[in-house]
Amino acid sequence: MIILRNVNKSFGSQKVLDDLNLEIPEGKITAIIGPSGEGKSVLLKHLIGLLQPDSGQVEVDGESIVGLRRSRLNLIREKFGMLFQNVALFDSMTVFENVAFPLHEKTDLGPGEIRERVLSALEEVGLKNIENKYPDELSGGMKKRVGLARAVVLNPKIILFDEPTTGLDPIIKSAIHQLIKDTHQKFGFTAVIVSHEIPDIFDVAQNVAMLYKGKILRQGSPSEIKNSDHPAVRQFISGSLDGPIRLI
Amino acid sequence: MVQALGKITISSVRDLGRAGWFLFYSIYMIVRRPGHPAQVLKQMRFIGTKSLFVIVLTAAFTGMVLGLQGYYTLTKFGSEGMLGTAVALSLIRELGPVLAALMVTGRAGSAITAEIGIMRITEQIDALETMALDPFKYLVTPKFIAAIISLPLLCAIFDVVGIYGGWLVGVKLLGVNPGAYFYEMEKAVVWRDVYSGFAKSFSFGLIIAWIGCYKGYYAGHGAEGVSKATTESVVLTSVLILVWDYFLTSVLL
Repeated sequence: MIILRNVNKSFGSQKVLDDLNLEIPEGKITAIIGPSGEGKSVLLKHLIGLLQPDSGQVEVDGESIVGLRRSRLNLIREKFGMLFQNVALFDSMTVFENVAFPLHEKTDLGPGEIRERVLSALEEVGLKNIENKYPDELSGGMKKRVGLARAVVLNPKIILFDEPTTGLDPIIKSAIHQLIKDTHQKFGFTAVIVSHEIPDIFDVAQNVAMLYKGKILRQGSPSEIKNSDHPAVRQFISGSLDGPIRLI
Repeated sequence: MVQALGKITISSVRDLGRAGWFLFYSIYMIVRRPGHPAQVLKQMRFIGTKSLFVIVLTAAFTGMVLGLQGYYTLTKFGSEGMLGTAVALSLIRELGPVLAALMVTGRAGSAITAEIGIMRITEQIDALETMALDPFKYLVTPKFIAAIISLPLLCAIFDVVGIYGGWLVGVKLLGVNPGAYFYEMEKAVVWRDVYSGFAKSFSFGLIIAWIGCYKGYYAGHGAEGVSKATTESVVLTSVLILVWDYFLTSVLL
């Protein structure tokens, strides 16, 4: 369980998170939706301590991670896997080395076992015979799937996905959503997905929170959000230009 | 006006503190967790081996020009027999460490900043952090260790090639007695000169790794951020090398 209490974060004069409160239930897939530029990625980075709040608390399994020493924070981070918006594969390593890297560094597995686990992780995300390629030789969809394999290869308890399907074609998008659902069912991790994929994300997530103007506007099951009568939520889900959310 | 001045002062003091902390933490990490030997070797290949060509080239021409200039000056006193000493002392005490460091700054220091800067802006450093891995161990300490080992070695090669460059011009071209060239050198150069040259190039290696990694680690946004960081890194490293060289010379002399 991850809890954010009264979290504030500003960049310069711009307030991004404003006294934000959020509970992320354990073992479920939580989607964070909201207009672009509202700080969804910033929120996600607070969950794993990549960004520290100006004030407020972030608790992971009952322990506050704000202002924690690096060694202690690293112990908590071992529970996490993360897929970045731009994937952030190590570009000087091959696909195989990228996925094998966490295994090399965090486990005592021998080369044979590592190879087995990497290849099976890659196969699970539907990639074969690309393990010797470098990230810049891959398409956007393939990179995302390699990133996904790297994020899940250590079987973490919590996985954070920052826009896992943005910029991908509809078929790969469905495939990745299906993949997240299947692996979630298999391993039962806690997942947090930042996504713009309305309405697809309602089939993936069990819990949806909408971020707007630095606060969580509404949180609930997909059907509760879909049937919300809040004008901003309704506008965002319908993609309408009329409503409280202004483009500029 | 006063506000702007205060702002500049605060930001430069903060930068200085951050850079100081960066150096301190890097050295701490070298002692605590030096990283994989394979990583260090890879960096030594990049900083050291791949700089060899440019080092040999600059060393040869530096030695040759020292031969010319030294001969011109020394003949005025009728003591061109001292040419070997003049060339060797200027190279070992001063030009070897400084020029080798400046060449490595241009070739490897800039590349270190660009590499780490690109990893910063593409979130690869954040990715390491989310894996509960210390980026210093993977990116910074191997470069520090490689630089402080490579620089003295490159400096030694620079010295030797430079001395033979001076010999080529002085002895072969201008007809200085070959025996005098090396005999006078052997008499005048003492171990202390060699040590001071090594102490210099050791600390220059530290400066190159420090500023190169620091500027990349805190690169700004986008391609422009990385290019700015790279430029600043080369300029700052070169200036620091020369300033530190003066300071060190005055202490070691």
